[in-house]
Amino acid sequence: MRKVNLVVVGAGPAGLSASIEAAKHGVKALVLDENHKPGGQLFKQIHKFFGSEQQMAGTRGYEIGTKLLNLAKEYGVEIKLNNRVIGIDDHNTLAIIDNHKYSEIRAKKIILCCGATEKPLAFPGWTLPGVMGAGAAQTLVNIHRVVPGEKIIMVGSGNVGLIVTYHLLQAGVKVKAIIDASHKITGYGVHAAKIKRAGIPIILRYTVNRAMGTNQVEKVELIQVDKSFNKIPCTQISFDVDTICLAVGLSPSTELARMIGCKLYYHPKLGGYIPMVNQYMQTTIEDIYAAGDMTGIEEASIAMEEGRLAGLACAISLGYISDNAQSQKALENIRSNLSQLRMGNGKGGIING
Amino acid sequence: MDKGIKYDGYLSEKELAGAPGVPSIDQLNVKPLAVIECIEPIPCNPCERACPFSAITIGDSIWNLPVLDANKCKGCGACIPSCPGLAIFVVDMNYSSTSALVKIPYEYFPLPKEGMEVDCLNRKGEAVTKGRIHSVKTTATFDKTYIIGIEVNKKFAMEVRNIRM
Repeated sequence: MRKVNLVVVGAGPAGLSASIEAAKHGVKALVLDENHKPGGQLFKQIHKFFGSEQQMAGTRGYEIGTKLLNLAKEYGVEIKLNNRVIGIDDHNTLAIIDNHKYSEIRAKKIILCCGATEKPLAFPGWTLPGVMGAGAAQTLVNIHRVVPGEKIIMVGSGNVGLIVTYHLLQAGVKVKAIIDASHKITGYGVHAAKIKRAGIPIILRYTVNRAMGTNQVEKVELIQVDKSFNKIPCTQISFDVDTICLAVGLSPSTELARMIGCKLYYHPKLGGYIPMVNQYMQTTIEDIYAAGDMTGIEEASIAMEEGRLAGLACAISLGYISDNAQSQKALENIRSNLSQLRMGNGKGGIING
Repeated sequence: MDKGIKYDGYLSEKELAGAPGVPSIDQLNVKPLAVIECIEPIPCNPCERACPFSAITIGDSIWNLPVLDANKCKGCGACIPSCPGLAIFVVDMNYSSTSALVKIPYEYFPLPKEGMEVDCLNRKGEAVTKGRIHSVKTTATFDKTYIIGIEVNKKFAMEVRNIRM
């Protein structure tokens, strides 16, 4: 069985940043990703990112992806694609489906950067072709350069809903409206302003009542909701659409952490159950670390800093840097970047030691 | 009544008046200036570094709103493509005796052509007037964002924020 010092699960912004940081200090890092391309969601992001210079703010997401991949290459990080980690045992052995073949790798340290999955929204007609996650629509337009439909409604006014709507408009798709059950736009105002000045209605306090169509979505019926999100009778309105995009939130992908017994806790603002991590991004299991969206849904800039923190902590723990004042200072620097990005309202899961 | 950007998707009059990056009409009447329509704390600061005249200040916390120093601003527009939120515009109120020049960030194809007459949209996406495309510019540092200059009737200068062809 192959034995390595560090395995990072997931080649998104957190995983790449973690492996780069560890490799900078001499740790030979192996990154496993189930996809056929690295970068996680970064290569779908054609807009410029917020943040400060340290997180490459003002740079488009896919360019950040390219920069991270180049850095990973420069520091000799090994990235294995089409490698799905299906389990981890008590002795840090990872069970992997490597291009359809089973294999095992044992690691001294493991950093889980599994990301998140889109939440669904159930309504009558939701199984009709044409109902899809906003992420799927974004993959279609920005990766495959195929429009998902001609007339779209976006469900959810969070940043994902607003940004994907902007990308769809850039791809020349007609977006009929963005709707949200909330009384307020939940994403950033500047993202909403771009959509609004393009003439796209933003309809609040409405949800999907049903999707209608024979072989695919032909119409969506919306219904008004009250403050407790109960449907208000006789308030239906409908739009002729062929695509219903759902941008109703993300769930941290905690399956591996759960399987190996990392302690999870519930944090509704961060997306649900997330692994408890300490100030080194270490879970309640000594050799297992976690970073990025799987420890709570936040920005890519935060995922990158968390990944760096975990990568550096692993390098220290593996003995590549002595645990002295200098390395503590480096950890503190990353923590200070994180608290800047979060303005002190960080993850409640950070525990001491 | 406009409730504000988090409810309507566009800035209310009150929000615009209170934005530290939006100059007053008196200041705009003197010379071309950046209009930074950023009112919501976001961890973001590229505009501060983009200004060659240090006219934009965010300061130590990247959650601070950008503050425009109208004395230092030359209306050059270097900040326009730096804003990931596409929330910075430049308004030259005195382009001619009757018209103003509004510069907007633009990321759609097809691009308008210089001299073309277009519908000018306000923050709500409503066509409020016709305007003439004055310029269509980009450089490598703009990173694929274009700056479109639109000549419009002066009285619409603080309304027009988009175009439709």
